[in-house]
Amino acid sequence: MAAKQLSVFIENRKGRLGEVLEVLKKNGISILSLSLADTTEYGLLRLIVNDPELCKKALSREGFSTMLSEVLVVRITHISGSLQELLTLLSEQDIGVEYMYGLSVEGSDASVVIKTSDLARSEALFAQNGVTFLSAQDLARM
Amino acid sequence: MIWSKQEILPREEIEAIQLSRLQETVARVYEKVAPYRKKMDEAGIRPSDIQSLSDLARLPFVTKRDLRDNYPFGMFAVPKEELVRIHASSGTTGKPTVVGYTQNDLDVWTECVSRVACMGGATEKDVAQICFGYGMFTGALGLHYGLERIGAAIVPSSTGNSEKQIMYMQDFETSLLVATPSYALRLAEVARSMGIDPAKDLKVKIGLVGSELLTDAMREEMRKYWGKDMLITSNYGMSELNGPGVSGECEYLCGMHINEDFYIPEIIDSETGEVLPAGEKGELVITCIKKEGLPLIRYRTKDITRLFYEKCKCGRTFCRMENLSGRSDDMLKVRGVNVFPGQIEEVIFGFEELGPHYEIIVEREGYLDKMTIRVELVHSTDSFAELERLRNAIRAKLRTVLGLDAKIMLESPNTLQRFEGKAKRIKDLRSK
Repeated sequence: MAAKQLSVFIENRKGRLGEVLEVLKKNGISILSLSLADTTEYGLLRLIVNDPELCKKALSREGFSTMLSEVLVVRITHISGSLQELLTLLSEQDIGVEYMYGLSVEGSDASVVIKTSDLARSEALFAQNGVTFLSAQDLARM
Repeated sequence: MIWSKQEILPREEIEAIQLSRLQETVARVYEKVAPYRKKMDEAGIRPSDIQSLSDLARLPFVTKRDLRDNYPFGMFAVPKEELVRIHASSGTTGKPTVVGYTQNDLDVWTECVSRVACMGGATEKDVAQICFGYGMFTGALGLHYGLERIGAAIVPSSTGNSEKQIMYMQDFETSLLVATPSYALRLAEVARSMGIDPAKDLKVKIGLVGSELLTDAMREEMRKYWGKDMLITSNYGMSELNGPGVSGECEYLCGMHINEDFYIPEIIDSETGEVLPAGEKGELVITCIKKEGLPLIRYRTKDITRLFYEKCKCGRTFCRMENLSGRSDDMLKVRGVNVFPGQIEEVIFGFEELGPHYEIIVEREGYLDKMTIRVELVHSTDSFAELERLRNAIRAKLRTVLGLDAKIMLESPNTLQRFEGKAKRIKDLRSK
């Protein structure tokens, strides 16, 4: 139940992030979650959007370098310790987390976007333990 | 196909033509061009001393400086009334270099370009789009008349308005492209942004490129965009030597055949001026032996190459000059190390993640030179580790090739400046 994340390469230049958002706006794309990481020279904007393919095409046309990759968007209950339990599942199987960020959903649940060192195994592992996912289709409807 | 019987003459016959034309030229310039007479008198040599081709080495060199010092017509061998065309170099460093042609000069020039275009695969069936800037620059009109003589249909689209250029290519079914390598890449980029794949949707099968270096890596990069089976040949010339048409590559891509019945090439050590034996690398010196307006003798081109005299598989007997490894003008000295942009280009083209455009910036920090190379990241990744790995890989490769450390700056596509003529990829910010 992997979902698609779009990464956008951004040089550290004033207004550059705004230009990305401008393209999204022009194309009616809505952002469900984002994470922005940077070094002194450039940043990577990771986006979960309702239509990642369209978003990639639109950004490429405007001269951005992008990459689509697969991540897991996992639903967790909004109580203390639930995320820790999730990560314990992974660490017990020696699967590392490369990065992670939150994504808000309706209702009392929460969700996180996770990129692990082994997506297929993590997915199977979560499924066995009754963890539910938000699929690409779920996200497209949000 | 071979355009002229002259191109397959036995060596003795080529040399016989060269000697008689050289003697005639030297006698004429001695009589008619004051600066030559002065140079030759100072060197203690008279036209009658030229008894064999080896005597050529006794004549003094001519440089661009001589042309500037005698601006505009001081080096000309005919009165202005006999000229039918005047061209000039850009003159970015002061007065331009002016060149003039008689009608015979234009005919010779056209003949030379026809030969070179023919070597590169041009035929009367081609639709040839000339994407060199028309004007004082000799490249466009040189190729124009040479290709027209062959019988190709000329599309004189010049540079600029790249989207319209692609439209012409599509609508006129252009089969032959004349451009600098960097503009050819730019045109491919524009075509793609219009949803046109040059390799599939256009009919361009021949590329005659010039006015910039064509490295093997650049040729590969061009084929990646324009099609695997495109025949891309480079040709060589400069306005002082008429323009394009001095030499060109044939389909075997083993160096550029020099039109030896019109030009005598020599390779010299650029420090000492000594003539080097065939096969050795040095500065190319050219003597024009069938030129009326501006007959240059032992003109120092500043281009670094080697000469090969073995007969080519194509059947031509004219000697070949290796594709240029650089112009001595373009060479950078960074921390005492000689750097040619072509070397950097080869490294960059080796990385799939990068686009074909780059910029080299050299600065001075304290007493040390610092080199930064800006490249465009075409395919992003989703992790910093990957980006760092890429930067380090480029750096390591450059260090192996150049023996120098450079900082790599990743940029978004379409960030670096694009060029329609000669690309200017070096920014040297060190105070001279």
